[in-house]
Amino acid sequence: MTSTKIESSSAAAPAPIGTGSRGTKVLGATALFFLVLAVAYGLFISPADSQLGNTVRIIYMHVPTVMAAYVAFLITALSSAMYLWKRTEFWDLLGSSGAEIGVLFFAVTIVDGALWGKVTWGVFWRWEPRLTTSAVLLIMYIGYLAVRAIPADPKTRATRCAIIGLVAVVNIPIVHKAVDWWRGLHQGKTVLGTIHPDMGGTQLFAMYSALIAGLLVCAWLFVHRFRAGFLAERASELGLDQALEERRLESSPAAPSSRGARDDLGGPQT
Amino acid sequence: MTKPRGMFDDALLMARKDLQLERRAKIGLGQVLPFAILVLLLFAFALDPDRGVLKQATPGLFWVTVLFSAVLTLQRSFGLESEDGILEALRLTGMSPAGIYLGKVTALTLELLLLEAVLAVGVAVLYDTHFIGIPLLLVIAFTATLGIAGAGAVYGALAARLRSRETLLPLLLLPLLAPVLIAATRGCEVSLQREAMSGWPWAALLGIFALVYLTLGSFLFRPLLEDA
Repeated sequence: MTSTKIESSSAAAPAPIGTGSRGTKVLGATALFFLVLAVAYGLFISPADSQLGNTVRIIYMHVPTVMAAYVAFLITALSSAMYLWKRTEFWDLLGSSGAEIGVLFFAVTIVDGALWGKVTWGVFWRWEPRLTTSAVLLIMYIGYLAVRAIPADPKTRATRCAIIGLVAVVNIPIVHKAVDWWRGLHQGKTVLGTIHPDMGGTQLFAMYSALIAGLLVCAWLFVHRFRAGFLAERASELGLDQALEERRLESSPAAPSSRGARDDLGGPQT
Repeated sequence: MTKPRGMFDDALLMARKDLQLERRAKIGLGQVLPFAILVLLLFAFALDPDRGVLKQATPGLFWVTVLFSAVLTLQRSFGLESEDGILEALRLTGMSPAGIYLGKVTALTLELLLLEAVLAVGVAVLYDTHFIGIPLLLVIAFTATLGIAGAGAVYGALAARLRSRETLLPLLLLPLLAPVLIAATRGCEVSLQREAMSGWPWAALLGIFALVYLTLGSFLFRPLLEDA
C-alpha cells in the first residue's frame, strides 16, 4: 500500500469505491476458518481443565483479544511516531485504525475478564492487575478517539492524535508496573494473567487456533478500517470541492449578482 | 553583543510570566484552593468520619483532590494562552518550544506544591492526620507533582484550542495519571506507617514517570505548538 500525502489531490487516480479486495477476501476466509476451528475445539472438542473446569474456555477468547489489542496499540504508537516524522496521511490513518481496533478488542477483553470473574468468584470485577490495567488503557484510548472525532483540519487532527498515541503508549508499562505493585500489597497472584493451566493436546490446539484467529480478524479489520478512513477523507475532500464549485457558480454572470447576494446577507445599505 | 537565550532562560521567563499572572489574578488562591478544601469536606460528608474510613483513606483522598485541582489549574493556565492567539504569539517570540513547556511545568509545579501544602494542613485539621516520615513524603509530593505537571502540560496545551476542552482534558489526563495516583497514595501510606514496606520504590516510580513525561513533553511541544 502506498503512502498518500495529505496535500495530494484526489484527482490523480480514481478512488476505490469499496474496502474489499481479493487480498481481504482471502484474509477474511482464512480468519473465518481459524475462528471455526477455535470455536469447535474451544467449546466442544477440547476437554474441561482439571483445575479450572469449563472456565478454561474463556481463556481461549481472552488471550487472543488482549494480544490483538496490544498489537493494535503498538501499531498506533509506531504510526504516531512515523506521522510526526513523515507527516503523511498513511501513518495518520494507520494510527487511528489501530486505536479504534485496539479499543474494540480491549472492550471485549474486559467483558470476558468480567465474565471470568463472575464464574470464578461470583463477582464481575476484582481488582486484578491486568484487568485494571486494561480498563485504564481503554479509557486512555477512548480519549484518543474523542479527540479524533472533533472536526478539525486533517493535519491538525492528525498531529493531535499522533501526540496522544505516543503519550498513551509510554504509559502502558508504567500503569502495568504501578497496578502490579499496588495489588501485590493486598493479595496474591490471581486470575487470568497469572494462571498457567497445564495445556496439552486439543486444549493447546484450541488456544493456538484462537490466537491465530484473533490476530487474523484484527488484521482483516485493520485493512478495512484503514480503507474506510481513506475513502472518508476522499469523500470529505469531494464534498469541499463541490461546495466550492457551487459558490463559484453562484458568483458567475448567469447567477444573481454578488451585490445582490451581499444585500441578501444584510450587507451595508447606502 | 547579547548572548543568545537558551532553553532554560526561556523556561525561567515563561515560569515567571505565569507566576506573575497568577499572583495578580489570584485564581488559584481564590477559586482552586477553596474548591480543593470543599472536596475534602465533601469526602468527609460521604465517608462518615466516626467510622475511621476517612482516616484510613486520607492519602488517597488527598491525591484525588490534588488531581481534580490540577485539572482546574491546567485549564486556567492554558486557557489564558489560547485566548487571543497567545500561543501563536509565543511562537513568534522565537522562544524554544521546549523552553515554553518547561516554563509552564515549573509554574504549574510550584502552584500545585503550594496547594498541596495548604491541603496537608487541611487533612491534618479535618481528618486528624499526624505526619511522620516527612523526607519520604516530601520526595513523593515533589516527584508526583512534577509528573502531574509534566504530563498535564502536554494535554493542557493540546486541549486548550479545542472547543470541548473542559470535558476532554479530564478524560485524557486522569487515566494517564492513574499510576501517579496509585504510587503517590501508596507511598504516602507507607510514609504514614500504614503499610509495612519500603516507600522508596513508589518514589522511584513517580520519578521515572516524571522523567519520561518531561522528556517526551520537551520533544512533543514543538509539533503541539506548530500544528495542533
